[in-house]
Amino acid sequence: MANINKLTYDAVIIGGGGSGLRAALQLAQSGLKTAVISKVFPTRSHTVSAQGGITCAIASADPNDDWRWHMYDTVKGSDYIGDQDAIEYMCSVGPQAVFELEHMGLPFSRTENGRIYQRPFGGQSKDYGKGGQAARTCAAADRTGHALLHTLYQANIKAGTEFLNEWYAVDLVTNAAGDVRGVVAICIEDGEVHYVDAKATVLATGGAGRIYASTTNALINTGDGIGMAMRAGIPVQDMEMWQFHPTGIYGAGTLVTEGCRGEGGYLINKDGERFMERYAPNAKDLAGRDVVARAMILELLEGRGGGPEGDHVFLKLDHLGEEVLHSRLPGICELSKTFAHVDPVKEPIPVVPTCHYMMGGLPTNIGGQVLSRDAAGKDKVINGLYACGEAACVSVHGANRLGGNSLLDLVVFGRAAGLQIEQSMKEGFSTDLAVESDIERAMSRLQRLESSNSGESVAQVRKDLQNCMQLHFGVFREGKSMQEGLAKLKVVAERAANVHLPDKTKAFNTARIEALELDNLLEVAMATAVSAEQRTESRGAHARDDFQERDDANWLCHTLYFKGEPGVHRRDVNMQPKTVPSFEPKIRTY
Amino acid sequence: MSQLTVSLYRYNPESDQKPRMQEFQLDLPEGKDLMVLDVLALLKEQDTSITYRRSCREGVCGSDGMNISGKNGLACITSLSQVVKNNKLVLRPLPGLPVIRDLVVDMSLFYKQYERIQPYLINNSPVPSIERLQSPEDRAKLDGLYECILCACCSTSCPSFWWNPEKFVGPAGLLQAWRFLADSRDQATEERLAKLDDPFSVFRCRGIMNCVNVCPKGLNPTKAIGHIRSMLLKQAT
Ligand SMILES: Cc1cc2nc3c(=O)[nH]c(=O)nc-3n(C[C@H](O)[C@H](O)[C@H](O)COP(=O)(O)OP(=O)(O)OC[C@H]3O[C@@H](n4cnc5c(N)ncnc54)[C@H](O)[C@@H]3O)c2cc1C
Ligand code: SF4
Ligand code: SF4
Ligand code: FES
Repeated sequence: MANINKLTYDAVIIGGGGSGLRAALQLAQSGLKTAVISKVFPTRSHTVSAQGGITCAIASADPNDDWRWHMYDTVKGSDYIGDQDAIEYMCSVGPQAVFELEHMGLPFSRTENGRIYQRPFGGQSKDYGKGGQAARTCAAADRTGHALLHTLYQANIKAGTEFLNEWYAVDLVTNAAGDVRGVVAICIEDGEVHYVDAKATVLATGGAGRIYASTTNALINTGDGIGMAMRAGIPVQDMEMWQFHPTGIYGAGTLVTEGCRGEGGYLINKDGERFMERYAPNAKDLAGRDVVARAMILELLEGRGGGPEGDHVFLKLDHLGEEVLHSRLPGICELSKTFAHVDPVKEPIPVVPTCHYMMGGLPTNIGGQVLSRDAAGKDKVINGLYACGEAACVSVHGANRLGGNSLLDLVVFGRAAGLQIEQSMKEGFSTDLAVESDIERAMSRLQRLESSNSGESVAQVRKDLQNCMQLHFGVFREGKSMQEGLAKLKVVAERAANVHLPDKTKAFNTARIEALELDNLLEVAMATAVSAEQRTESRGAHARDDFQERDDANWLCHTLYFKGEPGVHRRDVNMQPKTVPSFEPKIRTY
Repeated sequence: MSQLTVSLYRYNPESDQKPRMQEFQLDLPEGKDLMVLDVLALLKEQDTSITYRRSCREGVCGSDGMNISGKNGLACITSLSQVVKNNKLVLRPLPGLPVIRDLVVDMSLFYKQYERIQPYLINNSPVPSIERLQSPEDRAKLDGLYECILCACCSTSCPSFWWNPEKFVGPAGLLQAWRFLADSRDQATEERLAKLDDPFSVFRCRGIMNCVNVCPKGLNPTKAIGHIRSMLLKQAT
């Protein structure tokens, strides 16, 4: 059975989004034999949907801006479980990474003096929170992700990167020593299965918002990299931390960027009241996303929501005027008309908090090397495996990500992973080849599906999983409800293990892909559910009705979850930046 | 509840000798204007073998270009109220490209034409320590160009592209060619024009404007082609 076609590379990158393409570019330029595997043509990756911008202290809007202020905001935004060495690295290297994007041709919006345009985003301050609102998010209108992804793809064409487009990675191949040695993948077009062997494998597979029924995420965001790693015995970190974005379009889930509020828009309840003034008197609508999302839900619970069901609030933009809306937020105007049937020039957009971003992921160091823990509880590098982007948890976002920090994370740590691999290869890094049984193990899921002849449909099981997560692991959480959710998930897991693939043809069989994705959704959902139930406090995006306070004595730490275990391990947060004093945990107010 | 008849192009290379149209009946929920992509998802729940591409479901990734009741468009942002007549919806793959399966076409030629125009900034002067400066006016010249999502709705509605997909760059590629020619930071104007200066690459455009009529992003390849054309002609004199 393992008699399959084998391709050999120095490095293989799974994922053609912003982080994967940035890593690929680094490796292509280093001369290593590299391939990018992507289940969709790269420019169709989820990064293309990013709207508002990339946050970075390039000192355009404010010539005195300082990356240390950005670092302060990010640490505070993370509710103090972001790793300070990683945040320091991201914020200080950031400007270089952003300028590189501009040099590649990214069509940033501009200021009068020709520099990159920056807009205010939530959670941004000057002078360590003392100097008022900052404008630090570099933007290409409200299509920054599109501009960034296309530019990176173009740079990779220029660099001659090899692409395996519309290939689906099924499972990692690990050798007897537990080192990762490439991946088994299907060429979707003809259905052929290949073993892609590589000394370095990078998971840049993005997020998994599709575990929730309502999400801003693309349909392809099914957490495949997380699932693959978990099945290979690798832990995931902080999976309870899911960001709910305040402004998903009611009913559709599509996002309207925080940049709308950055440009001066604000939220109102059914009475027209600007309610954020009550919840965050200083930052108001630009408080941290977790803070705004909770305020919105409280408004709904207290009966101040709009519509017949009282189940949404509104984002008011009309006072900004047609010209600003059309020049700064053209994409939002389009989306709002299409999905809410509302022209923001005239009427407010109905919005609700919607699942948006996975702060957790595969624990890595700054060089993108994936970490597990040894018997003594110390970090241990998994040889041959790297991760970057939303799939990774390096961790710069901690318990709550600031807007615009993900795109920065992608390019900074995509680049860093590339540099690390280049360095390791120079030093002669190598692992043992995989043997036939290693490859066969990575094919077992495929084989099960091929032999399935009865069972439930993927769509039905997926729907139940999504509804379960939505109901039991949403913006507000509570112990008893989460235990119920966990019990339901266990049933879903049994059902998922027996789904039926009726159509076994090879050519472009998307039903097979969806069946494989379901396993990954399930791994991510399980990790989320167990970690959330275990963390008995409220911090950042994790808000519990039964434990409403932050508990630094017990939970100023990461959680690590291994597939199949009933609980989580604690992992220390890094509080030792290299060039600045550390930021001590404080009460977080906006 | 109202009934919709969907006539769907079916072709699976492993089981079908030739393509066929298959009809499905679907009950539509009242009071909700579904998108065509929602309809496909509902059909796929009934018959998992139905095949199409999709990713963002919000009109920005360019995956689901298809021919919807006779006109190319994106399934995810085309609502039934825009396209359904007499309770009937007809879905076919984008015309002119080889069909892999059902609504999925082989886009290789389309991508090849995109790569051919060197879709990246060329500027060989030493990079500054910050960004290269660009005035808002110069940046504004890129509006209406850089937003292309490579959905191929335009090129596959263009008769000139149908007849000469190997030689005519097509509207999408040419729009991007102009995007780089128009960028104040790009230094390869002559090199770019030289590569396009033949009877086919640009001049096969007959100004039929199909491309403009179908672009889901409201972009105007014909105008861009006009600009390239006049640059080429000016150069020739
Ligand atoms: C609507 C929206 C707006 C956003 N706006 C902003 C913003 O303004 N600023 C900001 O900083 N962040 C924003 N974010 C967050 C940010 O866009 C994402 O976190 C980021 O783009 C993720 O990039 P990535 O490279 O990690 O993965 P993605 O871009 O999601 O790419 C994942 C890649 O992995 C591939 N892949 C996955 N599984 C497999 C598999 N099994 N086999 C082969 N390939 C596979 C996919 O094909 C894809 O190429 C936004 C997010 C959303 C949802
Ligand atoms: S205007 Fe030119 S490019 Fe556009 S459809 Fe017509 S012939 Fe094709
Ligand atoms: S120009 Fe318009 S129709 Fe053509 S590929 Fe680009 S977005 Fe699609
Ligand atoms: S699914 Fe992305 S454009 Fe329609």
